[in-house]
Amino acid sequence: MEELKNHIINYNEAVISISGLYKSFGDLDVLKGIDFELFKGENVAILGKSGTGKSVLIKIIIGLLKPDKGEVIVLGKHVDKLERKELDTLRLRIGFSFQNSALYDSMNVYQNLAFPLTMNIKNLSKNQVKNEVEEVLEAVGLEDKINQLPSDLSGGQRKRIGIARTLILKPEIMLYDEPTSGLDPVTSEEIIELINDVQEKYNTSSIIITHDLTCAKNTGNRTAMLLDGRFFKIGTFDEVFDTEDEQVKGFYNYNFIQ
Amino acid sequence: MATFTNRKYIFSKGIDQYFIGVKSAYSFVALFFKEAFKRPFHFREVLNQSFEVGLKSLPLITLTGFIVGVVFTKQSRPSLEDFGAASWLPSLIGIAIVRALGPLVTALICAGKVGSSIGAELGSMKVSEQIDAMEVSAINPFKYLVVTRVLATTITIPVLAMYCSCVGLYGSYVNVHAEETTSLVTFYQSAFSSISFLDIFTSVAKAIIYGFTIGIVGAYKGFNATQGTRGVGKAANQAVVLSMFLIFLEELVIVQVANWIRYF
Ligand SMILES: Nc1ncnc2c1ncn2[C@@H]1O[C@H](COP(=O)(O)OP(=O)(O)OP(=O)(O)O)[C@@H](O)[C@H]1O
Ligand SMILES: [Mg+2]
Repeated sequence: MEELKNHIINYNEAVISISGLYKSFGDLDVLKGIDFELFKGENVAILGKSGTGKSVLIKIIIGLLKPDKGEVIVLGKHVDKLERKELDTLRLRIGFSFQNSALYDSMNVYQNLAFPLTMNIKNLSKNQVKNEVEEVLEAVGLEDKINQLPSDLSGGQRKRIGIARTLILKPEIMLYDEPTSGLDPVTSEEIIELINDVQEKYNTSSIIITHDLTCAKNTGNRTAMLLDGRFFKIGTFDEVFDTEDEQVKGFYNYNFIQ
Repeated sequence: MATFTNRKYIFSKGIDQYFIGVKSAYSFVALFFKEAFKRPFHFREVLNQSFEVGLKSLPLITLTGFIVGVVFTKQSRPSLEDFGAASWLPSLIGIAIVRALGPLVTALICAGKVGSSIGAELGSMKVSEQIDAMEVSAINPFKYLVVTRVLATTITIPVLAMYCSCVGLYGSYVNVHAEETTSLVTFYQSAFSSISFLDIFTSVAKAIIYGFTIGIVGAYKGFNATQGTRGVGKAANQAVVLSMFLIFLEELVIVQVANWIRYF
């Protein structure tokens, strides 16, 4: 499976490149010198304890938060220096799946999925919209939920609809914020498969934020460990955990104690 | 490192925060006027929201307007009779309701019903990251959520205020009719005979300003909600309190201005 994935990765073309990134909130220094590259076609899993700034990092990548210092280049553009219009054009090429799914709770599943499409692409016929919605629903395996409200879905189903909502705009980069947190192992496994399917089917490059080692191991071509505002190590899963560092070992042991 | 220096307060924490609040509210209003006249216009959503505003408050406005008309008439009659001026009753009621009570009662009811629901709705969208979700799908949430709602209240509340005045006059008529036999047409005629074009114009202008206030305050409080579910309740609550306060303030200013116009 690794080989199959690897041959589509282009390690000469970075789709995201970050250097010297700092971010703090008031007195709280969250990111303290991040250097990172995501290459075309690869999945990188970012691991880290709760509160280390994983969500903050990808929110900076998509321009929801501004960096205090440093360079963030996504698909060749300096994200923090873009005008609203250019930023929107860039955002259409990036999918962002929220930690809490963030589905529009006044809309049903169909409307949730159709909304980004109809708001961004004018003059789509009803049938075209319907086809697109059905296609992504099929990709996440929830065709039968099309008329339900988000409040009637389970947590795992909401996550999958959240992912479907980002897929509908056919992004080149996917940012997953804790896709498997709070899910049972079987559902987690389904989401992991979905992430890998998306990588192959839509040829995306992805960042998968997680504190679930199984998810990191099975989705990431590379793994990055965020410790204390910096990347402790970026490499294959085994490389990252081949260490004597107490904190990293603690993270590993805790996860596999079950 | 420069980026990590603590921020020092210019005056004190409270005063600084007050001015920061004023500045952010000001930018919010300025942003509304900037975005409201730029494409794309979400006409459909404005229409939907207008229906929401209207349907939400119509029953309560009908009831309250009617009661205000009845009670106000009942209270005024004895004093007027003491002066032998009972025949002025319809004119007095007409002036009181069209100039002051109709718009004010409508505005206060809508501040409670509509303002709080805009605050709560946008607040919960904010804390559950639905607003961020629009943002990352390249949809401008300010345009889609704020501009549409503020336009809806600004358009709908004047209509509701006119309606409230009419219902109030009807309530008054019902009370008058119980005491003496007047026809509805005669009553409305004498009520409106004392009302000038300026009265109706100010009344509508007032309601437009109240409508804008209710929409923008609710949206501002909701859009800036923090702290999870508690923040949502706080946003709804503050939306009502602040918009009611501003409505009274505006009433005061507009009455002054209208009086100047009247006498010059
Ligand atoms: N908008 C904000 N304002 C102030 N502080 C913030 C903001 N966003 C995040 N923080 C703080 O930054 C730190 C990192 O937050 P972040 O959400 O990135 O953590 P995380 O690594 O994603 O954790 P988790 O695994 O629990 O999701 C936290 O201490 C949080 O309190
Ligand atoms: Mg997070």
